[in-house]
Amino acid sequence: MLPIDIFLSALANGLMTGAVYALVALGLTLVYGVLHIINFAHGATLTAAMYAVWVAHDRFGLDPYVAVFPLTVLFFALGYALQRYVIGPASHGSDSNILLVTLGLSILIENALLAGFRSDTRSIDVPYGFSVVEIGALFLSLPKVIAFAASFVVAGLLWLLMAHTDIGKAIRAVSREKTGAALSGIHVEHVYAVTFGLGAACLAIAAALLMPTFLVNPRVGNAFVLVAFTIVVLGGMGSVAGALLGGLIIGVVESLSGLYFGESLGQIGIFLIFILVLLVRPSGLFGARA
Amino acid sequence: MTEVTRRTLLKAGSATGAVLAMPAVLRAQPAPVRIGILQPVTGALAQDGEYGRLGAQIAFDEINAAGGLKALGGAKLEMVFGDARSTPEGGTQEVERMEAEKVAAIVGGFASPIVLAASQAASRYAIPYICDVGVADNIVTRGLTNTFRFGPGFGIVTSTALDNLVKLNEAAGKPAKTVVIVHEDGLFGSGMAKLLQAQLPGRGFEILETIAHPTPSRDMSNVALRIRALNPDLVIPSSYYAEFVLLARTMQQQRIRPKGIYAILNGAASNFRFVKEFPDAANLVMDCNHWADPRKPKTAEVRKLAEAGGRFWLYNTALNYSCVKLLADAIERAGSTDRAKVTEAIANSTFADHIMPYGPTKFVNGQNQGAAPVNTQVQNGDIKVIFPDAFADAKPIFPAT
Repeated sequence: MLPIDIFLSALANGLMTGAVYALVALGLTLVYGVLHIINFAHGATLTAAMYAVWVAHDRFGLDPYVAVFPLTVLFFALGYALQRYVIGPASHGSDSNILLVTLGLSILIENALLAGFRSDTRSIDVPYGFSVVEIGALFLSLPKVIAFAASFVVAGLLWLLMAHTDIGKAIRAVSREKTGAALSGIHVEHVYAVTFGLGAACLAIAAALLMPTFLVNPRVGNAFVLVAFTIVVLGGMGSVAGALLGGLIIGVVESLSGLYFGESLGQIGIFLIFILVLLVRPSGLFGARA
Repeated sequence: MTEVTRRTLLKAGSATGAVLAMPAVLRAQPAPVRIGILQPVTGALAQDGEYGRLGAQIAFDEINAAGGLKALGGAKLEMVFGDARSTPEGGTQEVERMEAEKVAAIVGGFASPIVLAASQAASRYAIPYICDVGVADNIVTRGLTNTFRFGPGFGIVTSTALDNLVKLNEAAGKPAKTVVIVHEDGLFGSGMAKLLQAQLPGRGFEILETIAHPTPSRDMSNVALRIRALNPDLVIPSSYYAEFVLLARTMQQQRIRPKGIYAILNGAASNFRFVKEFPDAANLVMDCNHWADPRKPKTAEVRKLAEAGGRFWLYNTALNYSCVKLLADAIERAGSTDRAKVTEAIANSTFADHIMPYGPTKFVNGQNQGAAPVNTQVQNGDIKVIFPDAFADAKPIFPAT
């Protein structure tokens, strides 16, 4: 039997890691909820964002927590442009085409990163990288505590945006009834692009929160995107609150099953949950019933 | 009308003759010898593959600049590069392509599963295959006559590592008694863990637990937490680069300070990138691994070339450089690119012009008998050799706490 402080450390670590997973899943669930497609380029975009954080630190000496502001704006703009001028026109509005286009984009982005940055694993060393917050016998990594808090702030802001702004209302209208929204004067293509931009902006924030403790190589996004898919399904596809709760649950499950059944089997816990949700509650925790 | 004299006819004739002879002169330049270089340069192991390719390229450039293969009339070496994409299937597909491109031999593979699959595929066409880094023992115990390994297998590495560990521990008054083994759950890490489990108890160490982890891993916190709970004297990790870096950083963060981190064939502990980027996490980590021989002048030369492109100095580069040189020597002695002759020449090779700390090669069932690992320790931002004594440039610092 493991001591209680080890259990609590694993629990806290799972929550903190899960919060970042949630942030990665937020963008995915948003795009799914509005455009009704799975964005296969999500992982590659995360990788690109992580490289952007690395470049900001390595070349311009910017701390990730400072770089997060310009990068969020930059990635919003990139996401917007990508949907508006590449994915939208290339897919001709057909869902299956969008899937293929995003898949193609992910391959393109990954290989462009490979060509530009080579295959080396890169990380950044920030002065607080090894700082810990001591709570009793628990040593919580400071960057992870920050990531945990920031994920809640971002999810809250996103919820506010969706609930109380014109663009939020437009996004919700388009996600419910595209044609009706278009008839009432909402520019659907613009709303699609804004949604995609928000998804990419979430990834920029996730990247900035990850980099002080993690590393980047041209394929690193893939390690997160499968988990993000699971969270999206668990939370209820398209639900912001669901993504946050789903992320935390998956983080804890992964951490505790890793602790008790071994790291290699820890991943199984995630997929067991995935299958269970599909069997018991296919619409997810916060999903509308079909 | 101009009169055609005998003289002008002769002149014209000899000029025509000279023109006709031109292609013959061109033909005299021997066809390049195509060598397959197989490395994973995309996927999880891409970083290692890149450093392997770099070593092969340095050897190609050196041989070609020195006039190519003398026995083949100065034929140049031409690299047919294959990206194994970090998977055995990727490696096998590239071997098929290399066969279509008529390579004389193949060098590389890096990871054991890739080498196992690729050398098996190469054996169907009797292509001589030289494994660069892969350490799984069955690479050379399957009875494939085309497969050779220049470096040590993990049987040799583990027993050397354990011999040195015992020496280290005894010299310090036996402070270490308990061990936690951490390993990646692939062929390399699992095989290594099995060997350690079999051999450590006999050498006076108690194994508290063996922890496996997948590659890639997003987080090594759980592994670190288990280590903290078990509080071992020694941690023995065998992982690829990214996972060990995460583990070492997390251990530092969780203030886990065992008496020693004694890595075996670790992807990061003998990597200058890790040492430069995380000097505190890397300090005093020991590793038993492939390492170029610092006494040989050629080592410094190759290292300089490798580092010229902003790269770090890794054993992959040294091993691939040496393997290509070994192959080129075999082709020289075979005097031909005939695969059977090249295979025979490698099997009988006594090649010594390499940069590893081995003597002349001597292959028994494809395994180079003189191949041996060395022990290194990160000391004050540098990687020092602590064993074997013959060329150690530092005394081990143990226990670390």
